[in-house]
Amino acid sequence: MFDYPTIRFIWWLLVGLLLIGFAIMDGHDMGVGTLLPFVGRTDGERRVLLNTIGPHWEGNQVWFITGGGALFASWPLVYATAFSGFYWAMLLVLWALFFRPVGFDYRSKLQDPRWRGFWDWGLFVGGAVPPLVFGIAFGNLFLGVPFQFDDTLRVTYSGSFWALLNPFGLLSGLVASAMLTFQGATYLIVRTEGAIQQRARRAAQWSGLATVLLFVAAGFWVRTMAGYVIVAGASPSAPSNPLAKVVTEGQGAWLANYAQWPWLWAVPLLAIVAALAGVALSRSGRGVAAFVASSLTQAGVIVTAGASLFPFVLPSSLHPNSSLTVWDATSSLGTLNIMFWGAIIFTPIIVLYTGWCYRVMRGKVTVEGVESSHSAY
Amino acid sequence: MTESLVDLSRLQFAVTALYHFLFVPLTLGMVWILVIMESVFVITGKEIYRDMTRFWGKLFGINFALGVTTGITMEFQFGTNWAYYSHYVGDIFGVPLALEGLMAFFLESTFIGLFFFGWERLSRTKHLMVTILMAVGSNLSALWILVANGWMQEPIGAHFNYQTMRMELTSMWDIFFNPTAQAKFVHTVSAGYVTAAVFVLGVSSWYLLRGRDVAFARRSFRIAAAFGFASALSVVVLGDESGYTVGEAQQTKMAAIEAMWHTEPAPASFTLVASPDQAKRRNDYQIQIPYLMGVIGTRSLTKEIPGIHEIVAKNKHRIENGREAVIALEALRKDPQNAQLKAAFEAHEADLGFGLLLKKYVADVRQADAALIDKAAWDTIPNVAPMFWSFRVMAGLGFSLIVLFTLALYFSLRNTFQQKRWLLRWAMLWVPAPWIAIELGWVVAEYGRQPWTIYGVLPTHLSVSSLSVGSVVGSLTGFIVFYTGLLIAEVYLMIKYTRMGPSSLGTGRYAGETPLTQPA
Ligand code: HDD
Ligand code: HEM
Ligand code: HEM
Repeated sequence: MFDYPTIRFIWWLLVGLLLIGFAIMDGHDMGVGTLLPFVGRTDGERRVLLNTIGPHWEGNQVWFITGGGALFASWPLVYATAFSGFYWAMLLVLWALFFRPVGFDYRSKLQDPRWRGFWDWGLFVGGAVPPLVFGIAFGNLFLGVPFQFDDTLRVTYSGSFWALLNPFGLLSGLVASAMLTFQGATYLIVRTEGAIQQRARRAAQWSGLATVLLFVAAGFWVRTMAGYVIVAGASPSAPSNPLAKVVTEGQGAWLANYAQWPWLWAVPLLAIVAALAGVALSRSGRGVAAFVASSLTQAGVIVTAGASLFPFVLPSSLHPNSSLTVWDATSSLGTLNIMFWGAIIFTPIIVLYTGWCYRVMRGKVTVEGVESSHSAY
Repeated sequence: MTESLVDLSRLQFAVTALYHFLFVPLTLGMVWILVIMESVFVITGKEIYRDMTRFWGKLFGINFALGVTTGITMEFQFGTNWAYYSHYVGDIFGVPLALEGLMAFFLESTFIGLFFFGWERLSRTKHLMVTILMAVGSNLSALWILVANGWMQEPIGAHFNYQTMRMELTSMWDIFFNPTAQAKFVHTVSAGYVTAAVFVLGVSSWYLLRGRDVAFARRSFRIAAAFGFASALSVVVLGDESGYTVGEAQQTKMAAIEAMWHTEPAPASFTLVASPDQAKRRNDYQIQIPYLMGVIGTRSLTKEIPGIHEIVAKNKHRIENGREAVIALEALRKDPQNAQLKAAFEAHEADLGFGLLLKKYVADVRQADAALIDKAAWDTIPNVAPMFWSFRVMAGLGFSLIVLFTLALYFSLRNTFQQKRWLLRWAMLWVPAPWIAIELGWVVAEYGRQPWTIYGVLPTHLSVSSLSVGSVVGSLTGFIVFYTGLLIAEVYLMIKYTRMGPSSLGTGRYAGETPLTQPA
């Protein structure tokens, strides 16, 4: 059993890990969805794309679902505040995701080209919209979200969906879109061949470069931005009460952690180097290595953002003292410990059997293969 | 919190949850039917059993897709629409939800991929193992979510912490072995098994009535009959178990189900039909069976079951007491170190939830007068008539299903079911029955929990997010539009594939096939 400050910090890492798992696994499915109408030109080619992820997307989507559950259990105030505060953004994500289960399962069950065309665009929406919205929401964390708590810890907001669509939010949305597209494109290099693979290689190079450029631009922007600092009252071992601390704005505060621990610069550097390596590897058609590089990019970008905000999770612009941090938004010590064991035991098991499934299904997916198979989508 | 915001949020939850549960039960039961069929295939090596697994598996897959789609909504809806609830009980409630993801959803959703795509790549036993893991996963998911839901009905293993202003976990053991949760789990998964059994039975009967794919349909019918018989018994016997735990933990619900306005001397009688009148607080007429209710509700002949008037009287005291707790808590939040306030709060803490009921009417509970307390006490009684009738239809359907499956099993053991056309027609006609029972069951369980989200702890009207009414109207409309469209696509495909029957596998062996046509 860990003490409160330690387990709180561990849970910050674990939430990050789940997010990275999501970006790598569900991310490549979403990337493929985004690329579907462009990389797949004919019905046969689109079926190839669908069947590269067909056996796995459902399991991968559980990274997203479990992320929600884990947030609920470990940071209940964040789960409550973020999802109700970003109400319409959340609904947009959910509704976009609706297109996926039916799109995958139902699309190829009928021959009608209009039916198939409809679901191809549905799958595009299901792949492209969630990363964009997540990115926008993440970007807005840097700006602060307009919420506050009353005495009984009921949260109220003064924001709106449209206010999320500010320039920095949109830039972050594009970062997320580019990086998940990169993830999907590198995956396609591994699983396809011929003309489809050529297009996937081109898509990987463009999206990889876009990731680097947009990410660096966002980094410079953050430098000029006002962040938040805790000036008093945060105790890592006290019961979770977000109203107990005092927070003020501070120019450039989001880079304070990097100033204090300069080795942290290795993380954004990793994101950039990995993305550039991924671009080069895609160019030379080394799919597996490119996919690994892209996965490292995902991890690098996510950790970079998390480390800048730390210890903040959800800063409030309306009433900075209400901001949620790693120290005062968590569940109780007992719950964090129980959930720690749950995560530590089951995550490796999940990774193992998921790996086994990919092994069983390994190899190139081809138009002939898909059209002659009874199990294909 | 305005009334309309609370009502709309409830409506949205009800619509999305009831909709989710159109697909869940078929998944829960069908996985085991697939396991049975595939096991027979692996043991006997007869091709037809593999075809059965694959054909029923196709229908299962069409259903599963919508189970997942609608489940995702549920996972996030606590945060979007029940923010205060999520804060207040997330420390406990989030745990089973997270474990469900880690232990159950990953398992079922990872292996469902291989179930469909693995036929050509896995050995027979390995494929069967995949099917079994998928079945275990989906049933584990039911276990964890019902542990969460059972805790809402009987919140044990937790305590209130005034410093964090929420409930916190004290015993994971209590929460997992909560008798309400365990009874709910058994009753609900059995209900799922019955649903799948009736589905397979009904569709097979249709093929038999039309004289097509007879060998295929006969085998499916028999498996469904045996599986359904066991499950139907389990639903009813363990439905009774559900009644028993309701009796212990939620006497209010029980009194409403029974339209029992006054405590009766033990053992209480069972009211077969009645016309409950909420305004007059009595039944206009009723027909009763002596003793039966006391036995179902308390498993004894001597324990009393409390009636509505008595429950209200007791709750009135709890509200008065709880009001003191609320007053002390509000002062304590401003002055957390004050030992006197802390003592005052702790003296009344057990009834805090009841005090919060007053918040529906007044922000400052000190202003609540006797009339208001009386009103709040009557609020603790759910609407009697819908509870009474929902329960009776569910139970009635339960008994009819037992009869159906008993006959189906009997005639399939005697091997004469194919000639009993009335039985086949009945099976077809009864396909919707379990769905009706199940949806009504949830209405009994959830509507009957009102006015609480967490029984005795957190009233529903405090649980909602501070959204605008317009937002919830918008999202509710969106859900209805999306779900209607999805349902149309689903039902269309279900009917299409049911009609195609096993010929949809493209093996060239089944009705209507010119050998070796290609499926889509
Ligand atoms: C008794 C069983 C039961 C109950 C009460 C619920 N569910 Fe459910 N759920 C299942 C049984 C199930 C299942 C059998 O595991 C499903 C249904 C069909 C399916 O595809 O999996 C599923 C799917 C499903 C999924 C998609 C999982 C995946 O991708 O594998 C999610 C996120 C949820 N559910 C979440 C919920 C939540 C938050 C509920 C509470 C409000 C809920 N479900 C009620
Ligand atoms: C899938 C099966 C379920 C169905 C069909 C169902 C049905 C319902 C219905 C009809 C309501 C509205 C009651 C009312 O407001 O009058 C409701 C409310 C609610 N249910 Fe369920 N429920 C299901 C499962 C669950 C589970 C498993 C949980 C928790 C784990 C849950 C939590 C809630 C909550 C939080 C509300 C809103 C607050 C309330 O109105 O009480 N439900 N549900
Ligand atoms: C004589 C037969 C039955 C009895 C005595 C019975 C009893 C009950 C009771 C008392 C509840 C409420 C539990 C609560 O409030 O927590 C309930 C709920 C429910 N029932 Fe039944 N039931 C019967 C038949 C059926 C049948 C045939 C089905 C479906 C095939 C079914 C499906 C459900 C479901 C899904 C729920 C909601 C989940 C739960 O609370 O367990 N029941 N039942």
